[in-house]
Amino acid sequence: MSGIMLLARRYLAFYKVQTLIVVGCITATIYLPVVMHLLLADFQEQLTSRGKSTPLVIGAAGSRFDLALHALYFETQPPRSISMQQVSDARASGLAVPIPLLVRQRARGFPIVGTTLDYFDFRQLQIRRGTTLVRLGDCVLGARVARQLGLEPGDRLLSDPENVFDIAGAYPLNMRVAGVLHETHAPDDNVVFVDLKTAWIIEGIGHGHQELGTVQPADDTGSGQRADDSNRVGNGVILKQTDREIIAGAALRHYTEITEDNLGSFHFHGQPHSFPLTAVIALPHDEKSETLLMGRYLADDQAAQILQPADIVNELLQMVFRAKQFFDLGTIVLIAVTAMFLTLVVLLSRRLRQREMRTLVKLGCSRYMIVGMQAAELSLVMLVSGLFAGVLSVVTLAIAPSLLRIWMVAG
Amino acid sequence: MKADNAAMICLKDVTFQYGEAGFRLHIDSLSIASSANVALVGPSGSGKTTLLHLLAGIFVPTKGHVEVAGHDMGEMSDASRRNFRIVNVGHVFQDFELVDYLNVRDNILLPFYINTQLTLDAATRRVADQLADSMGLGDKMRRPIGKLSQGERQRVAICRALLPRPRLILADEPTGNLDPENTQHVLDILLQRAASAGTTFVMVTHDHSLLPRFDRVVDFTRFLVEGAQSCQA
Repeated sequence: MSGIMLLARRYLAFYKVQTLIVVGCITATIYLPVVMHLLLADFQEQLTSRGKSTPLVIGAAGSRFDLALHALYFETQPPRSISMQQVSDARASGLAVPIPLLVRQRARGFPIVGTTLDYFDFRQLQIRRGTTLVRLGDCVLGARVARQLGLEPGDRLLSDPENVFDIAGAYPLNMRVAGVLHETHAPDDNVVFVDLKTAWIIEGIGHGHQELGTVQPADDTGSGQRADDSNRVGNGVILKQTDREIIAGAALRHYTEITEDNLGSFHFHGQPHSFPLTAVIALPHDEKSETLLMGRYLADDQAAQILQPADIVNELLQMVFRAKQFFDLGTIVLIAVTAMFLTLVVLLSRRLRQREMRTLVKLGCSRYMIVGMQAAELSLVMLVSGLFAGVLSVVTLAIAPSLLRIWMVAG
Repeated sequence: MKADNAAMICLKDVTFQYGEAGFRLHIDSLSIASSANVALVGPSGSGKTTLLHLLAGIFVPTKGHVEVAGHDMGEMSDASRRNFRIVNVGHVFQDFELVDYLNVRDNILLPFYINTQLTLDAATRRVADQLADSMGLGDKMRRPIGKLSQGERQRVAICRALLPRPRLILADEPTGNLDPENTQHVLDILLQRAASAGTTFVMVTHDHSLLPRFDRVVDFTRFLVEGAQSCQA
């Protein structure tokens, strides 16, 4: 037996290139399906874990998939927004803790997530540097955002204008970076967190501007400007001033940055319960509360819907993983092709080695031993291929899940 | 048929034919004593190599009896002939029959790798090294066969045949590719080994200058028959 193995080893070592080609083919045939299968399982687990950890999501009626993906990954936009009334209702019901989300704006391409500090507790987000959201205009950066933009606490981050041609629209807000989060390998790494009120300011619902009472009267002689009528005052900033109201013009200076000095000038117009949200994460107190809360949204005429993200993610994955059947088919074809290739190699090898086989027989080697020798060669090749595939799989599985998470977050 | 006690080889009315109309060898009678050194001479195609193959049990006679060391090769099974051959016959083939992917050492040790009848131990390895040294191959033991000259390959083939200490050495032109000096040297070694171990030595050669060194010469030319080779000695 040792003689057979020695001859097999010598043969494979002598024909290194040919052996490596065969080993490479078999390694790939073993490695690819195994790793793809395990990676897909890991991918599935990663996708579903965030869904499983989010019990309920409330949002505008419409696409369930859009709403779930929006609330979990901040990716898609629901077709319509809901109002803060949904949060008030959920809280008033006593069935769940609502966490509002407003994700419509971006800062240098990264989504701005307007929420409350409850979200940080819910996702167990930890501040790595700096502080959490302290005052209006603060933002906390996900780890990847901070890394990519090279921002640290104390730096400034400007929200993206909604439309560069919309001169009359909301002004971008120059936010103060209050802190940076620990890396979570989740979509939270990839967003800018702000307080809900800050998000509304970015939306233009709230704003700050110079105090009208402090505007100086126009200098008619110096500036060459003069009021057209007796009500027009103050360098064209105040268009009309009566005892009851002050009407300001476009020259009124709006603040694009919230500081300690101008913080008091920021205010909101309208009723807070009507302010927009894109989703609400609801954390029911127990299973019964969950069922009761879901029951409130069963009516067809509801403007809002409630869903369990885990179900939606599973539905999505089932669709996506149908494609895996084609992959499995490809794997079977790959294995069949490799088996045929190996058969061909063995047959050609036998043909090329006829003289060697005759020599061995002439010397006194049995045909069984010759078959055994070739089987030993094949076994060694399979063993080495299996080892390579195993090592590669272990290495891949050690590295790939992190890469996959990074890719999923970055993607 | 029972062989003469003193005869290592005994052939009686042996016919061997390749296929229906192929080459046909017929030997009426041939007996070679134990420990004898015999040279086989004759023109190419006269059946010398075929006779060596019959004696080694690689071929089985179509008719008649080939008896070696008391064993009738025609009556033995394939497995028995193989086992008999690897233990009792050292064969130096005309075209060396070396294995390309093995180095010199492994080629010499090859019979020990391929048949469990032979046991490879440290003593055998030492003998292999000594044999290689005596053949001028001591510094080439790790060299692949492809990097040896024809003469060196021939010497490797001789070492391989001698290593198991066979009772019968069959050599098919073992000095054919060697220069006169090496020819004498290799023949010295073969004859010495044969003499020291009491081995029967049968060698095919075209070099008539070597014939005086043999106990006996069997000339195949004398027995040429139309369409067939017939030998009687």
